Amino acid sequence: MEALINLAYLLASAMFILALKRLSSPRTARSGNAIGASGMLIGVVATLLDRSILSFEWLLLGLVLGATAGTVMALKVRMTAMPQMVALLNGFGGVASALVALAEMERLQLHHGLAQASGVLLGTIAASIVIGTVTFTGSLIAFAKLQELITGRPIVVPFHHGWNALQAGALGIITALLLLQQTAWPESTLVSLVYTLFALSALLGIMLVIPIGGADMPVVISFLNSLSGLAAASTGFVLHNYLLIIAGTLVGASGFILTNIMCVAMNRSLPNVLFGAFGAEVQAIGGTDRLVRSTTAEDVAVIMGYAQSVVIVPGYGMAVAQAQHAVKKLATLLQQRGIDVKFAIHPVAGRMPGHMNVLLAEADVPYELLYDMDRINPEFEHTDVALVVGANDVVNPAARKDPTSPLYGMPILDVDRARTVIVLKRSMNPGFAGVDNELFYQPNTYMLFGDARRSLEAIAEALKSV
Amino acid sequence: MSELLFSIFIFTLAAFVGFEVISKVPPTLHTPLMSGSNAISGITLIGSLLIAGRQESPLLTLLGVAAVAFATINVVGGFLVTDRMLRMFRSQRRGDAHGGAH
Repeated sequence: MEALINLAYLLASAMFILALKRLSSPRTARSGNAIGASGMLIGVVATLLDRSILSFEWLLLGLVLGATAGTVMALKVRMTAMPQMVALLNGFGGVASALVALAEMERLQLHHGLAQASGVLLGTIAASIVIGTVTFTGSLIAFAKLQELITGRPIVVPFHHGWNALQAGALGIITALLLLQQTAWPESTLVSLVYTLFALSALLGIMLVIPIGGADMPVVISFLNSLSGLAAASTGFVLHNYLLIIAGTLVGASGFILTNIMCVAMNRSLPNVLFGAFGAEVQAIGGTDRLVRSTTAEDVAVIMGYAQSVVIVPGYGMAVAQAQHAVKKLATLLQQRGIDVKFAIHPVAGRMPGHMNVLLAEADVPYELLYDMDRINPEFEHTDVALVVGANDVVNPAARKDPTSPLYGMPILDVDRARTVIVLKRSMNPGFAGVDNELFYQPNTYMLFGDARRSLEAIAEALKSV
Repeated sequence: MSELLFSIFIFTLAAFVGFEVISKVPPTLHTPLMSGSNAISGITLIGSLLIAGRQESPLLTLLGVAAVAFATINVVGGFLVTDRMLRMFRSQRRGDAHGGAH
């Protein structure tokens, strides 16, 4: 039986590798996901054959509760709320890993006592608890920020980095004590050390994510994604389970790759994102009385109706206004007039990697119309109209021109080079980075203020009579 | 070979496989890749099942059931929501004749 279970785990590992491989191409992605789910099912069924499982009632309770909650969440969540959903799921994976490690510690205590356990085992338990718990509370904070339960702006306490360093140091010292004093100290002291580790990690997760601003969320979410994988892998070290190690490490690697892509797209390093508290201080913006050209939906319809090429640039504002369907409707109307319509997607537009792609897919925009930064930037010069829908920092030309700007060096979409730029925006508030946007003051830029969805609907309506 | 060393072996090789397999992902798929891989990280579920099923003490059963529930949300929610997203991705070619050759 043991051999059978292990063979099933081997099969599941292979299926997870295949699943990830297929998830990285649009045509095979859906089958890849199904293969991953089947691999998981095989792993679970094989585990249920394990002889050490004596009773199924409690285990079924957990499975039913989890499956029900998971199904409801997956089917109910709005596409615009996908970043929160992913954050929450990352966190749940993390806490499950931490709880398993905690339970393994309790089992050791129950059977032989922690003093008898190998130092390596105690070390892996400590690592698993720390990684899993940091992932959990960090993800909960990310969720709260995205759901706007707390402010999306960075929250910084005095000596923030100092506190974090102190906590990280304390985690190291406690782990070292656990290993060095294993035989010298009474069992109860060792157990309380482990629970202290648990509590401190929970605090560290909160402190790590709370100073990170909303615009940096794509990096944070991919980073937590990577951590949730590493949490599972470290639990695999505790349980000597290779399926856990393989699956967890694969996810850790994929999360790491995404984190890296996001950092490159912002021209910042991971430490800078994690510890930079970007946008904590809203800059005093000079010359707020500078002139912007405000326009009406009717005028926009005329400009767009007679254009030959239009590039639509969606940002987080499109998600907030639930404007993806209105965008699609306008794009279709323009196409019917024979106008060339493209979508320009910045890698960190929105609040998670690929956020805009998911929303536009929901609105039925074919993915061939979606262009990434490198492909679309050379085209802006020959574009008649660039329509910016709730994007801000990712189209700020200061990133290219102004060495004093906090955004300087970040690769941006060069919408300012289009013949006419139309910006749909709720108000003149600066973006998340708290940086004023040069684009809005350009002579070829027109601002259409108001809710993005209503503005788009008004433009579409007006376009019919152009 | 010691257990730990063997685990480190597996870990290192899996990391290489992971980097190789996923190094090129089109931006369109960033979110589904994240939620799909996230569901795979719910593999902790199998560790949780062993804890919850052993019935060694009330505390352990409680920890086990909580871990099973969280991990199952992660697994079921992750795979379902990924499928929901991927169903929406469609190609221009479907239904019309002028399509690129891919």
